[in-house]
Amino acid sequence: MSTGLEPRRQVGVDVETTEEELEELIGDRALARDDHKNAPGFVIRPDEVQDVLFDLRDEAGFDHLSCLTAQEYADRYESIYHLKKYADPTQEVSIVVPTTSDEPTSQSAEPVFRTADWHEREAFDLVGIDYEGHPDPRRILLPETWQGHPLSLDYNQTKPQVVSLTEHANPIQPDQKGAESDTMFLNIGPHHPATHGVLHIKTVLDGETVADVEPDVGYLHRCEEQMCQSGTYRHQIMPYPDRWDYVSAGLLNEWAYARVAEDLADLEVPEYAQVIRTMGAELCRIASHMLALATFALDVYGDFTAIFQYGMRDREIVQDILEDLTGQRLMFNYFRLGGVAWDLPEPREEFFEKIRDLLDELPAKVAEYDDLLTGNEIFQVRCVDTGILEPEVAKQYGCTGPVARGSGIDYDLRRDDPYGYYENLEWDVVTEDGCDNYSRVLVRMQEVEQSAKIIEQCVDLLEDWPEDDREIQSNVPRTLKPEADTETYRAVEGAKGELGIYIRADGTDKPGRFKIRSPCFHNLSALPEMSEGEYIPDLIASLGSLDIVLGEVDR
Amino acid sequence: MSSDQNKPRQSIYDSTAPSTDTRDSRIGEGADDRFNSKLREAFGSTPFILTKFDKFMNWVRGSSMFMLQFGIACCSIEMMHTYAIKHDLDRFGAGVPRASPRQADVIIVPGTIVSKFGPRMKRVYDQMPEPKFVVGMGSCTISGGPFQEGYNVVKGAEEIVPVDIHVPGCPPRPEALVYGIAKLQERVANGESSPVVVKPYELEEFGDLPRDELVQKLADQIDEDDLVMRYNWSDSP
Ligand code: SF4
Repeated sequence: MSTGLEPRRQVGVDVETTEEELEELIGDRALARDDHKNAPGFVIRPDEVQDVLFDLRDEAGFDHLSCLTAQEYADRYESIYHLKKYADPTQEVSIVVPTTSDEPTSQSAEPVFRTADWHEREAFDLVGIDYEGHPDPRRILLPETWQGHPLSLDYNQTKPQVVSLTEHANPIQPDQKGAESDTMFLNIGPHHPATHGVLHIKTVLDGETVADVEPDVGYLHRCEEQMCQSGTYRHQIMPYPDRWDYVSAGLLNEWAYARVAEDLADLEVPEYAQVIRTMGAELCRIASHMLALATFALDVYGDFTAIFQYGMRDREIVQDILEDLTGQRLMFNYFRLGGVAWDLPEPREEFFEKIRDLLDELPAKVAEYDDLLTGNEIFQVRCVDTGILEPEVAKQYGCTGPVARGSGIDYDLRRDDPYGYYENLEWDVVTEDGCDNYSRVLVRMQEVEQSAKIIEQCVDLLEDWPEDDREIQSNVPRTLKPEADTETYRAVEGAKGELGIYIRADGTDKPGRFKIRSPCFHNLSALPEMSEGEYIPDLIASLGSLDIVLGEVDR
Repeated sequence: MSSDQNKPRQSIYDSTAPSTDTRDSRIGEGADDRFNSKLREAFGSTPFILTKFDKFMNWVRGSSMFMLQFGIACCSIEMMHTYAIKHDLDRFGAGVPRASPRQADVIIVPGTIVSKFGPRMKRVYDQMPEPKFVVGMGSCTISGGPFQEGYNVVKGAEEIVPVDIHVPGCPPRPEALVYGIAKLQERVANGESSPVVVKPYELEEFGDLPRDELVQKLADQIDEDDLVMRYNWSDSP
């Protein structure tokens, strides 16, 4: 069994699975081919899901269920399992599982990939496919009493709905021996300072130990997918990604949409724009990690005065620069398909100067954070060896980003599935082997330094960029209408991990299906693994170290 | 006896004691000069002021507002920046976030409200002691903002709680929020309040809902006396 710790280069060529091998492996279980732009696709029967996925996972090494897309066509329902390899995410395969319209029942993939649990609940909730053998078939994003499935074709959005406000019951009550049990049920959230937004955690405590945890999400389900499905490709969708991971990670999210749409419509991006994108995205990463750090300090020792304020101070500086670049502090809407909205602000020297000041001051600041935070004994007591997330477990839950890298999984799409200008720059992927809350913090701190390194190289490039070659956007048709039934799934490395988007074009200027793969959603689903059996304060620390953003969890 | 003795003692006719002694005895030991001394001087010889109780209370309320530490969506990031360094809302006497609604005077609603959260927000609002004030931050709390068309989105905070001040923007800049709160303080100090313009969704007992098709369908899922919020999406503005 792989520990996930060996660097991926060692695995080398063995890891390669060709299309022929895939065909052979799936054999006649494949009813047809349904290739997507990003990956070969195989159509299989709804009662052979586990069978095929087990084979793909164990024989061919597809150990990452990146996303599950569910959608309804006029004549059928369809679930698409987007599989990848942690060792090499450019190797992808899509397993397409159609079911009939009258009886949309499909086998659950939960025994193969734990992360399918939440995914299938979401697919049931929004689209209405039933998954047979699912351990917990409930709604996840919408309230339990909701009527209908909003992303199905015949949903009527003007019908009234009733939402109840009842006390939550102890989920493991039936296992307890009646009134004598000494467990206590505790609601954390949805309005609670430690939940980083509107998250509700149903917790059962046994003394001070956490006996059971269940995150209850959906308090910020803003219908992002529906919104994107009703916007036109060219301009109307781009503002929404800013609002998924709204912790200043806007440009990183925009890139996810830009990448998938450019892939769908075969658009080129000029090199100059790529450099600007890369620089902007990394600035966003710094801002985002700073907030993660600041709020983590707030979580573990209620430090509203020092570290929290320091983090905010540094974010202000980054936000100022981003405002100069994009015109907004938070919701940038700066990327365009085929490039960026406008060139760097004039006078350019002043702008570069500002960035260089930031970069020059950063090492001292990082050292300061180290003194205050990671070098602090109290902090270490709270974080070292708490919230353990083993790499194998992390993979089962589809964890990515700093959470996975804190568990020693060497996985970063910027390097492994390159896009933008990252390939041509010098930087390293940071991993830590501790698997605990402390490692996750360390990873973020070091990633800030790596981002600074990337930005510095971008600034160098941009400063010397010849004036007559500053093309910020390629030629993009006014209305984009990708051919009907082109499907693609693409991901980028967002601040929190792998942020993917699946689009199916239906021949109009709006997507037929727009599905968002949110890294926070997966990372959060691993919370019970990290905190059950630990103390309640460690639960809060673990939650903080996951650095979730509810806008992205609930979408 | 010298004639000097017939004159009043100098300590009497030169003395300012009658006024200062009175004042000192009224003020007591009094505050050190470092405290509101300028204000004291302005009051002159008496520490008493005459005003209407209501007016005084309004002034007190407006000058020290406790905010509820309440984050919903993207706008809460800018709200945090408003509290934090640089913008520092506390300068205006309104920057102490309280984690419990029982201790808060003002709730800033920073973000999109969706159906699942509506009843919870109403509950949090109900838990705040009177008098309480609401600042709606961002387009989402005005109309649902960019998500207005969504199947799950409440079209503005005013559908659930009465809002005193709307701060538009997506998100509003921290400066805008500071301005909104300063305006609220001004209004509170002047004793103004806002009328409720929309009939809000209420929390009611399930048994009290009119028995239409939907309610009958849900009857076996929800108890008669459970609190529910009924969203009539088609009536939304
Ligand atoms: S107004 Fe804009 S920034 Fe604020 S919560 Fe709504 S979408 Fe987010």
